[in-house]
Amino acid sequence: MTKPFLQIDGKPIPYTAGQTIMEAATAAGIYIPHLCHNPEFEPHGSCKLCTVKVNGRNCSACTFPAADGQDVLNDTAELNELRRTVTQLLFVEGNHLCPSCEKSGNCQLQAAAYFLGMVDAHFPFFYPARELDGSHPDILLDRDRCIFCELCVRASRDVDGKNVFAIGGRGIDSRLIVNSPSGKLADTPIAATDKAARVCPVGAILVKRRGFEVPIGERLYDRHTLAEESLEREEPIVESRHD
Amino acid sequence: MTEKLTAATTSLAGCFGCHMSLLDIDERLLALAEVASFDRSPLTDIKHCGDKVDLGLVEGGLCNAENVHTLREFRKHCRILVAVGACAINGGVPALRNHIALEECLDESYLNGIGIENPQIPNDIELPLLLNKVHPIHEVVKVDYFLPGCPPSADTIWKFLSDLAAGREPSLPRELIHYD
Repeated sequence: MTKPFLQIDGKPIPYTAGQTIMEAATAAGIYIPHLCHNPEFEPHGSCKLCTVKVNGRNCSACTFPAADGQDVLNDTAELNELRRTVTQLLFVEGNHLCPSCEKSGNCQLQAAAYFLGMVDAHFPFFYPARELDGSHPDILLDRDRCIFCELCVRASRDVDGKNVFAIGGRGIDSRLIVNSPSGKLADTPIAATDKAARVCPVGAILVKRRGFEVPIGERLYDRHTLAEESLEREEPIVESRHD
Repeated sequence: MTEKLTAATTSLAGCFGCHMSLLDIDERLLALAEVASFDRSPLTDIKHCGDKVDLGLVEGGLCNAENVHTLREFRKHCRILVAVGACAINGGVPALRNHIALEECLDESYLNGIGIENPQIPNDIELPLLLNKVHPIHEVVKVDYFLPGCPPSADTIWKFLSDLAAGREPSLPRELIHYD
């Protein structure tokens, strides 16, 4: 019996039933840029960085099921330009000031921008006013850097079982909210050892007293591209999701 | 011998680190001097651009009315304009004041901050008016190239300048693109 295959950039890729295009690609060592996707959690499909063309239609690779005979375009000038634009929009809609951020060098948003060759943000900056929450003794919440990937929301709900985070508001008024009577992180059961405190791909949620543990220049994305790191680190399949 | 390029630089709301990084190209400055001569620059202390400037390098963002005036004049004289460093590209560290009201910033700095004697907000006709927010330069003028970094490394600046001087379209490999 022949195995089912799809095609990514002209290369035949095997997949198993239930896999998304992202999972099939990762298993085959093909990197599709992404921010809100993390194989440890349910796919979210919100950042749109993983947009690929499937049989001529734009789809999110992290949510779109792999199927026989799909012709997927991934690493094309057109799609990378689109991804660069999405990344530029993320930069102007937050306050991403890398020189003053201790996540710099370990930040997936920054690394995505490096990977995509982004040298400027192109659009006028919004400079939104966002509240910083330093109330928790061990965890800092700097909403300036939040990209609304909801990884902390998913981690807190699905792994930690604490439901600490949610996204409130709509559009440009979206904000990361904290589930406590005061709205402060200090009044939640979150702990520095929780998945939610460590899953943030940018510098929005940081465990305190860890700044500059690794010097600038020796950090994750100083040494490797986002593609190398993702393919190395991310397991391709979440078994429980396909049970 | 072909005519030398004319280069100019200016510093707006920045810390001068990008100019320091330009000087950090070290002995390559001699090679640069072979192909380019400096017009207006804090390094030459020439205050206004000559008529023909091929390449203008701008460090810093826009935090006051004088920055805007200087940038517009600079753009008018430069055939190619380059935003150098985080402040010119996204406002940089000065833009950290953008989610604090200007009135609060002045209050903290000059009236009610810790250790202030003789509190008064400076008010002299020679002082340029502050803008409500710090802006990157592409929001006011057309920018042709961007050199990211805080500051961009000497190698980044050199790669850009040497590409341009050799008549190549400047391009930065991934290793030379850094935002911090």
